[in-house]
Amino acid sequence: MTETVLTNIEKRRTTTVGWQGIVADWSSDQRAFKNVSWGKAMMWIFLLSDTFIFGCFLLSYMTARMSTAVPWPNPSEVFALTIAGQHIPLILIAIMTFVLISSSGTMAMAVNFGYRHDRRKTAILMLVTAAFGATFVGMQAFEWTKLIMEGVRPWENPWGAEQFGSCFFMITGFHGTHVTIGVIFLIIIARKVWRGDFETERRGFFTSRKGNYEIVEITGLYWHFVDLVWVFIFAFFYLW
Amino acid sequence: MVDVPSDVLAGIPPAEVGEVDLYHPRSWWTRYVFSQDAKIIAVQYAMTAMAIGMVALVLSWLMRLQLGFPGTFSFIDPSQYLQFITMHGMIMVIYLLTALFLGGFGNYLIPLMVGARDMVFPYANMLSYWIYLLAVLVLVATFFVPGGPTGAGWTLYPPQAILSGSPGQEAGIIMMLVSLILFIIGFTMGGLNYVVTVLQGRTRGMTLMRLPLTVWGIFTATVMALLAFPALFVASVMMLFDRLLGTSFFMPTLVEMGQLGKYGGGSPLLFQHLFWFFGHPEVYIVALPAFGIVSDLISTHARKNIFGYRMMVWAIVGIGAMSFVVWAHHMYVSGMNPKFGFFFATTTLIIAIPTAIKVYNWILTLWRGDIHLTVPMLFALAFIITFVNGGLTGLFLGNVVVDVPLSDTMFVVAHFHMVMGVAPIMVVFGAIYHWYPKVTGRMLNETLGRFHFWVTFLGAYAIFFPMHYLGLLGVPRRYHDIGGTAFVPASAHDLNAFMSIAALIVGFAQLVFVFNMIRSLSKGEDAGGNPWNATTLEWQTPQTPPAHGNWGKELPVVYRWAYDYSVPGAARDFIPQNEPPASLTPKGAHP
Ligand code: HEM
Ligand SMILES: [Cu+2]
Repeated sequence: MTETVLTNIEKRRTTTVGWQGIVADWSSDQRAFKNVSWGKAMMWIFLLSDTFIFGCFLLSYMTARMSTAVPWPNPSEVFALTIAGQHIPLILIAIMTFVLISSSGTMAMAVNFGYRHDRRKTAILMLVTAAFGATFVGMQAFEWTKLIMEGVRPWENPWGAEQFGSCFFMITGFHGTHVTIGVIFLIIIARKVWRGDFETERRGFFTSRKGNYEIVEITGLYWHFVDLVWVFIFAFFYLW
Repeated sequence: MVDVPSDVLAGIPPAEVGEVDLYHPRSWWTRYVFSQDAKIIAVQYAMTAMAIGMVALVLSWLMRLQLGFPGTFSFIDPSQYLQFITMHGMIMVIYLLTALFLGGFGNYLIPLMVGARDMVFPYANMLSYWIYLLAVLVLVATFFVPGGPTGAGWTLYPPQAILSGSPGQEAGIIMMLVSLILFIIGFTMGGLNYVVTVLQGRTRGMTLMRLPLTVWGIFTATVMALLAFPALFVASVMMLFDRLLGTSFFMPTLVEMGQLGKYGGGSPLLFQHLFWFFGHPEVYIVALPAFGIVSDLISTHARKNIFGYRMMVWAIVGIGAMSFVVWAHHMYVSGMNPKFGFFFATTTLIIAIPTAIKVYNWILTLWRGDIHLTVPMLFALAFIITFVNGGLTGLFLGNVVVDVPLSDTMFVVAHFHMVMGVAPIMVVFGAIYHWYPKVTGRMLNETLGRFHFWVTFLGAYAIFFPMHYLGLLGVPRRYHDIGGTAFVPASAHDLNAFMSIAALIVGFAQLVFVFNMIRSLSKGEDAGGNPWNATTLEWQTPQTPPAHGNWGKELPVVYRWAYDYSVPGAARDFIPQNEPPASLTPKGAHP
């Protein structure tokens, strides 16, 4: 069903701002968040739920780390690389974080050009974002391989508490899955933008609904969320 | 109060919905099987939930047979007994009640009650059902794998859940966890739909404070589920890794059969925290929809407005929020810092306040009402009684000193069956008798309904009331056979036999209900559009059963709250939510 058009909101908006505005919106009919579409509301609520998932993962990891009787391996040593004879701690993670944060920038630009109906720039920026994401996942795969070669397994590792490996693979794996899904999603939407689906109001293959450029922003919300989660993983897993 | 038309709405014509962007099915398959219509998805959810619920019912018979007549049924061995309680508990709580209240009633009632054409994302809604069905099939398959289903108890506590020696350790526990993960994924797709539809998909005039309490209950429960299931999801994933990969998230170092096991350094308590962070809100995920529905049943069948609507809404929301900070009252005997015990006992007792407010409000709604003792009303009254009963024993168990001796006894079993077993099931039945006419266009047979009610209600009391006494004697739960124990008098064994016979009778009474549902499909009395003279929007649809898209060309416009019953001076004893106030009606145009 199409979303119903809201009349006479503007009038009310100007009269009530701040807390009173929120109360006015919530006690009004049709919509609690006046200028938020269904898709965007759905994404926000999903992200809230997903926050709880990552929160539980991170809290479990912290519990394991704090309650283990065996020493926890030192992350700055474990995640150090020797590049050109230089031993640099956490270098790979630093690059990965940089790549992911940059991808948030290109994503934000894509959203902007999307609303300006600049199909070419939007699609290119989305693909650049996807490329950054794929690079991130690639580096993650490299890191996994390196650790596995060094003997880290989910059930053991050469340096200390076995929960180190299990938490590492589980949390980065779950986050990496999120990034991968995001990359796929970005490519699909970029293709639709490129093809001009949102100009011709072409219907979606599964949902048989018409789309519009807002989907770029919704994809962006997801993407920024995945970045934000990474910052927490970075802080709690690597820097602690 | 809320029934005064707000000035914003006065004189505004209904929002014309120019084009209905619904998915229009083109074949029988997309119309009835892979349907994207919330009403069909609701029926699919409800039928699947009730079918799997029958399995849980049969399991409860087997358990009761063993407890009532120990030693008589040689085909039930101790391992099987554990498998039966586990599957019974898990199915009843998650696959029956959660799925039925949210997937079944939620899907059917939310779009109709808020005046929408469908859920906001019908395609995701459809996927939600099919993933749920897959979860159920995986669950059922555990009965047929080597080693059988898991016998870890519905709480699945590690370490014993995955250690060799526990029944179903081979494949049962793995499939149980996979099934739970699937359930959560499927539920999330549906749950997002329910929440967004309530927040963003309402019709003109339908403010949040005009929503029927049914919608408030289901909505709050869904929000809670979206925040509580993540903990179960994480716990399931981690336990799956412990079992499959040999990680030690939850597994401490332990010696099994004289041999040092492969695990080391994990925390079983961590699992308990994650589980109950989900598990306690889960109780309210089942209870809040029941609260909401029962409020509407009472108001409609007592022809009186609900007492303290605003208080009821805030109580629902307050209970929902509070229930996230009480989880460790399930862990008083797990070995916690006593100060935590104090904290969680306090929060647990505080929750009793909004809950008690709700009970008072139901009673005050009934007070001097024009009570019609219809079948839905009977079930609603039974709910109040059983819920108060279970709530009172909850106060016992919420206190650390009282809970410690009662933990893991039949008293606990009696408590949670009263409060989250019998009470919500009463509402499920009441709701089915109430809304069946809308879903099918025909009434359920009243005589059979009354018979079903009395046998179920009295029978449930016969089963669970004596259980309190057994628990006080010290009879433990999850025991295959308590044997000749000095502290259990012989008379208690007779009581056990009596309870088992009652359980069998109650179980068979459900067949009457199933028969009634099937028979009324073709033979039931014609219901008309609004057999109970109810005010809420679902009874005002142009067709019964409602057509695809629910409403005609125009969506209904809401002018008042959902509880305009017996308004003084009104022509009828109810005023539908979409009836304009007299000031907006041209004279003589409207009855
Ligand atoms: C005819 C109705 C029912 C009967 C006769 C029945 C009977 C039983 C029995 C005998 C036990 C095992 C006690 C023990 O040895 O520990 C049990 C456990 C349980 N039942 Fe029911 N039950 C019924 C309905 C329900 C319903 C509607 C629910 C929904 C909430 C439910 C939830 C549970 C749970 C969660 C357990 C605990 C399982 C465990 O210990 O892991 N039961 N029930
Ligand atoms: Cu609890």
